Amino acid sequence: MPDSLALFVAATPEGYLLVLAIALPVIGAFLALLLGARQAERVALLLLPLGLVVAIAVGRGVYHSKAALVYHLGAWAPPLGVALRADGLSAAMLITTAGVFSATALFAQAEFGSSAGAPERRAPLVFWTLLLALWAGINCVLLSNDLFNLYVALELVTFTAVPLVCLDGRMETVAAALRYLLFVLLGSILYLLGGALLYGAYGTLDIVLLSGQARANAATLVAVTLMTVGLLAKTALFPLHFWLPPAHSGAPAAASALLSSLVIKASFVLLLRLWFGVVAALPSAAAAQFLASLGAAAILIGSVMALKQARLKMLVAYSTVAQIGYLFLMFPLVIGASDDAAGAWLGGILQMVSHAFAKAAMFMAAGLIARSLGHDRIADLGAAGHAMPMTFIAFGLAGLSLTGVPPSGGFTAKWLLLNAAIGSGQWWWAVVIVGGGLLTASYVYHALEGPLTVDGDASEHRVPVPLRRQAIPLTLALVSVVLGLLPLGSFGLVQIGRLDLAIGAQP
Amino acid sequence: MSAVTLFGLCGAALVGIGLYGVIVQAPPLRRILAFNLTGGGVFILFGVMARRGATAGLGGDPVPQAIVITGIVVAFAATTLAVALLLRLQAMRDAAARDDAGAARDVA
Repeated sequence: MPDSLALFVAATPEGYLLVLAIALPVIGAFLALLLGARQAERVALLLLPLGLVVAIAVGRGVYHSKAALVYHLGAWAPPLGVALRADGLSAAMLITTAGVFSATALFAQAEFGSSAGAPERRAPLVFWTLLLALWAGINCVLLSNDLFNLYVALELVTFTAVPLVCLDGRMETVAAALRYLLFVLLGSILYLLGGALLYGAYGTLDIVLLSGQARANAATLVAVTLMTVGLLAKTALFPLHFWLPPAHSGAPAAASALLSSLVIKASFVLLLRLWFGVVAALPSAAAAQFLASLGAAAILIGSVMALKQARLKMLVAYSTVAQIGYLFLMFPLVIGASDDAAGAWLGGILQMVSHAFAKAAMFMAAGLIARSLGHDRIADLGAAGHAMPMTFIAFGLAGLSLTGVPPSGGFTAKWLLLNAAIGSGQWWWAVVIVGGGLLTASYVYHALEGPLTVDGDASEHRVPVPLRRQAIPLTLALVSVVLGLLPLGSFGLVQIGRLDLAIGAQP
Repeated sequence: MSAVTLFGLCGAALVGIGLYGVIVQAPPLRRILAFNLTGGGVFILFGVMARRGATAGLGGDPVPQAIVITGIVVAFAATTLAVALLLRLQAMRDAAARDDAGAARDVA
């Protein structure tokens, strides 16, 4: 093993934080199941701020030590043992996850809270338990450094995300959940098959060790192709996106927010680990161009489909299909652009983070609108603009961040990707980024046209929504915007511990 | 042909049949069964890797065996979840069909 990589797998003193980040939600999920709906809610609301503190501590640890935090489970070092590893990417996503989950929990209190004196219902117990278990699964994906451990973690995410889709028990949502499950199971089995081939070829599944050994032979190429296709199905990249809109739009608003903003990113992070970790040393420029062209198709098809939707929640779900496309523009821009690679890497991760906040805000806002009006038909939204301006402002701000209007997190992300595309002479991706922005603007306007222009009667049949609840999507949307105001230097975190750089530095 | 090669080919064949089933079959139950077939093939492949990678004095590499055991648990959980969803969906479809039939009778 090269010396430069030895540093990447040595256990670090702050490694216990990684165990804490996974153990807290796991313990919480068990407690929730044992204690019943009323206590489950309290457990979640108590643990989420703690989890946020742990996530920030991990970020701080990575930032100050300028290296990844590593923990060896049971003190067994890889290849025999399993390591947890947090680099800058993990830390940024851990903080995002804890932030979005905390906001979602506060938002879900109104829907899944147990009122004092009333008997406990079943749906809240299931919701809070699944919320904690999903959080555990996502944290486990972000921190694992072993491909098989990652398989189990991804399945944990799947098994908790699928029931969230059909929480209301309607026939359409159960059908959507079953379709979602069968689709992602196909993805998992392809991933596992690739894992078997890699183990057969190298005798280890540790990402850092594999990155030092991987050679461009048939077994490796077949394995990585199988794993990539499997993960694309889970990430819902065009043309494997069909399961996403019905599943994400049918779920309760709080669940949709988690599914669309974080669950699909878990498999995407794993894809980054595969491409910029396991096979970082292999030539992959042509394959990266292919992945990005799928991303470009996703931006186009997703946006056009979003524009054609008659219902607000479906529009937001198709917008996710489109925004996933931007993430895949990272691949050729990080691989092909030597000078701008750091910018493209930061741009891609910033797109993940700002989309997570913006999309959670959009689904919550859409949920509140549907709750207040009793429907979410875009054509009949007109009057609601006067009744609940705060929610529409939240939706609009999130939309501006997705579109990439400065100053916002989405703008900085797309600007960095655009710079890398032009800097590396790959102008065709610049066209995609700019064109995608125009398409995004048109579907966001399509949703807001009625509320912005119609002077309707605000007293039309509607259920009032407390301002306290409306403030949650607004806060998330503001976070997504404010990300764009931070100086770029403060994002140095996400460059720490990148395996592809360590391998590139080798003679 | 050695036993290891034979097992490897069996595993590959199972994976192939299973994938064909998952992609081509429309009925959900058949797709669930095909998923299990593919899973079985992948587990056999892990077994083959264990045998091939065995060091002197050992019958097999223990790591893939641990992976297979965990993998079986995960595949079992996936299957139960899928079957539970399928049963629930079928029950709701039956109930809806009965309601429709009842409504049609009332009209007649």
